[in-house]
Amino acid sequence: MVDNSEFDDIPGTTVFTAERSHQGFHLNQFCMSLMKPENRKRFKANERACLDEWPMTEAQKQAVLDRDYNAMMANGGNVYFLAKIFATDGISFQTAAASMTGMTEQEYAAMMLAGGRSPEGVRSIKEGR
Amino acid sequence: MARITAGLTTSHVPAIGVAIDQGKEQSDYWAPVFAGYEWTKKWIGEERPDVIILVYNDHASAFSLEMIPTFAIGCADQYPIADEGFGPRPVPTVVGHPGLACHLAQSLILDEFDMTVINKMDVDHGLTVPLSLVYGKPAAWPVRVIPLAVNVVQYPPPTGERCYKLGQAIRRAVESYEEDLNVQVWGTGGMSHQLQGPRAGLINQEFDNEFLDNMIDNTAQLRRISHLEYLRESGSEGIELVMWLIMRGAMGENVRELHRFYHVPASNTAVGHLVVEPT
Repeated sequence: MVDNSEFDDIPGTTVFTAERSHQGFHLNQFCMSLMKPENRKRFKANERACLDEWPMTEAQKQAVLDRDYNAMMANGGNVYFLAKIFATDGISFQTAAASMTGMTEQEYAAMMLAGGRSPEGVRSIKEGR
Repeated sequence: MARITAGLTTSHVPAIGVAIDQGKEQSDYWAPVFAGYEWTKKWIGEERPDVIILVYNDHASAFSLEMIPTFAIGCADQYPIADEGFGPRPVPTVVGHPGLACHLAQSLILDEFDMTVINKMDVDHGLTVPLSLVYGKPAAWPVRVIPLAVNVVQYPPPTGERCYKLGQAIRRAVESYEEDLNVQVWGTGGMSHQLQGPRAGLINQEFDNEFLDNMIDNTAQLRRISHLEYLRESGSEGIELVMWLIMRGAMGENVRELHRFYHVPASNTAVGHLVVEPT
């Protein structure tokens, strides 16, 4: 039996396992549909109607409508698939990543320019390192 | 006979592709990144490889969640540029080398590496950004490319040890191909980065620089890095570094470092770049 509990010990990180892939299948496949310009256009015109065409959970749909990327990942979304949503919105990967951290876009950009987020203290919760 | 003459690693950050496509290479933000590839551009003009076996990962472009091959090799004549949600990058179509690719596929499978064979595929920034960094903006790519896609999107990616051994098998396979070809192997992705969750933005310069050191003369150390260690130390997307070990395995035991570059940041990512030759 696989045991992925050790991943829960890494703070602020979601590991996209086969289980999460199963949970997020329709959400992520919806994201893939945004690789076609006609689907991006339809989504922009009526997001709710587009989402309703997919057998996604209400929580998944609401997370997309809210552009809450952490909620999308908690419901099985994978960031490389979710990237199709923020690409459709014309938003960069850095801006999208910043939105997941609770920092402002400016604070996040400044952190990256200063060398990024240090691994000190965010490697392991139980080991406190 | 075909021969592997050199290896190269580089990050494949999508924002680098955007910067190139929008002509921002000389901006304050991007100039230091592109400066690290000037040496390589000159070098590739002298080396003129016939074929690059380009190890990369697809980013939910060619492979959806319907099927997730761990190792896949492109045997097609050509590869169109993927639309990743903002239109395809304005770069030339990638031309393959089906002769060598089919030989590789067959050789690797009989050598116990169970490759998925691809006869039709669009390629995304993971493959085109390294080409742009090294070749600039040509009207047509002056080299044939064999895409070798590795799953690093859904956990678990293959282990570093497995990747290194695949590289060794690639070397054996290339050296048994009759046509006289100058072949390079490129390993792309990395270095430390995390694109998701509250820990996004993680960069570990100490880990990265040690990794660059060990790529030259201590692969035993790199091959032992566990997935958990990659996740903790190099961020959830830093695990792409296993792909560098395919290149390294294909070089044989010993290499000489020709060029090394490291820079933070490019968007969310630490950029690392190595050029080596087998000795």
